[in-house]
Amino acid sequence: MIRFDAVSKRFPNGTTAVHDLTLEFPEGGITVLVGSSGCGKTTTLRMINRMVEPTSGTIRLGGRDVLEQDAAELRRGIGYVIQQSGLFPHRTVLDNIATVPLLLGWGRRKARTRAAELLETVGLTAEAGKRYPHQLSGGQQQRVGVARALAADPPVLLMDEPFGAVDPVVRTQLQDELLRLQKELNKTIAFVTHDIDEAVRLGDRIAVFRTGGHLVQCASPAELLARPADGFVADFLGAERELKLLSLTTLAEVPVERARVVREGEPAPRADGGPYLVVSAGNEPLGWLDPEPGGSGVPVPVRPLRDTDSLLAALNESIASPTGLIARVDAKGVLTGVTARETIHEHAGRSHREASKGTAEAAAPPEAATPPGAGTSTGPTRGGAV
Amino acid sequence: MYELLKDLGAWLVSGEQWTGPDGIGHRLAEHLQYSLLATLIAAAIALPLGLLIGHTGRGAFLAINLASFGRALPTVGLVVLVFLASGLSMTPVYVALVALAVPSIVTNTYAGMSAVDPEVRDAARGQGMRGHQVLFRVEIPLALPLIMTGLRLALIQVVATATIAAYVSFGGLGRYVFDGLAQRDLVQVLGGAVLVAVVAVVLDLALSGLQRFLFRHRTAA
Repeated sequence: MIRFDAVSKRFPNGTTAVHDLTLEFPEGGITVLVGSSGCGKTTTLRMINRMVEPTSGTIRLGGRDVLEQDAAELRRGIGYVIQQSGLFPHRTVLDNIATVPLLLGWGRRKARTRAAELLETVGLTAEAGKRYPHQLSGGQQQRVGVARALAADPPVLLMDEPFGAVDPVVRTQLQDELLRLQKELNKTIAFVTHDIDEAVRLGDRIAVFRTGGHLVQCASPAELLARPADGFVADFLGAERELKLLSLTTLAEVPVERARVVREGEPAPRADGGPYLVVSAGNEPLGWLDPEPGGSGVPVPVRPLRDTDSLLAALNESIASPTGLIARVDAKGVLTGVTARETIHEHAGRSHREASKGTAEAAAPPEAATPPGAGTSTGPTRGGAV
Repeated sequence: MYELLKDLGAWLVSGEQWTGPDGIGHRLAEHLQYSLLATLIAAAIALPLGLLIGHTGRGAFLAINLASFGRALPTVGLVVLVFLASGLSMTPVYVALVALAVPSIVTNTYAGMSAVDPEVRDAARGQGMRGHQVLFRVEIPLALPLIMTGLRLALIQVVATATIAAYVSFGGLGRYVFDGLAQRDLVQVLGGAVLVAVVAVVLDLALSGLQRFLFRHRTAA
């Protein structure tokens, strides 16, 4: 969909922002560009819609060289979301969203109707459309920014640290919503962030950049976490990268065991070795009850997990659970059983081994995305180490 | 002093003072006509200049220094200079008044343009607006409060200075000042001066009120 071929960008002051970049953004996927500040990731993004012009090399969008297209028209066909949302403060939210449709000459009524639709798509009320940007919270402003980018239904979205300026709780919400939207819309998304956790959560592929505009590695999150190309990437992924890998594996494969349950309001069973899971009339887990003489008699709250939850969440929950067990539920929240900490742990280890092994075999093809000589020899874990 | 104020009051309210070709009504109309025309000409010169400097970011030095240059310019000196060069007409008066008004408009227009958030300008370009669309749909609307402030300041300065039209034999409220001086009629001098001051203050209040109304949706920031 988007293809960089030997693209470099040098600024007039002599700094090289992007160095000989060859990279592909697959259609319908989220490609995340990560790296510390000054690594050229934003410049890379901005070269796609010609907000920055490359010094050399070619960038093709849907097969066409972007430099051969009229810059303004090119940009109208690409959604663009930036960090501080960049909303027009003198226009209402609705008019902000209608910007590109109006530029494309849709006519005011059609543009407004489309904008109103998008308000709902990004989870805002119709009433918010009449307000001015400064009357919204930071998170709401970012939603408007996303709506504005989606207004003319472009196949490509560029997102430059769109959630960088909102608090962690809102950021997680916005990430979830982006993933939900992406499931429906299937856009080709280029996403810039310096937050590796965000990259792992959102990315189908992650491209790691190093200062000086070098692409070090481009791989799926699992590949990247299991087999970082070199010490730089490993450091960037952080000390908990094995745990982050677990965040990519779901509980679906982990076996479920029978739970010892007691219905809410019924008399606690006799102390006969071990706690019970208190469930509601609808069989929804409520908490752990320890009938032993030492127990408090008050259930300890439980956070039940679904098959779609990650191994990391399961491990986390099992550590907090007084019994070492996690409660498993189906999509409706009805108890399906329990899983022991040991089982989760064993699965975590196995899934990690498989990820490492699987990518060792798959390590050859994605090499094309890594520029030759870019950090290939420095990595201690590279080659046939596994 | 009390006598003087009493005479001034009598002068201001007497019926014959407000009618006829030398009446306050007529002089006031002349005064406003000179002022508005001079400000319009100044705006026609200064607005494009300020917008150009603000949009391109080139020539900021000019925009900033024009303000101090404008303050240093002796208005009466300019009137005399142009009068000697071009002879007796309203031209010297307009040249001087326009020269007085241009700097405030250029400087404020430029200030308004440069206060537009670079992120917003970037977003406008990024959505696919062309240069003129960024200018007319984003930059000018955002700079408008300061642009209007520049126009208001220019108009007030011009109103206060348009008395010089009478210096080269034309009308306006300056007539009373210069005639009064020639006739050693202190009440008339004072009456003219008070009228000019009142007109300037009333215009200032009315226009700032209008600005507050027009931009009531904007934040202070």
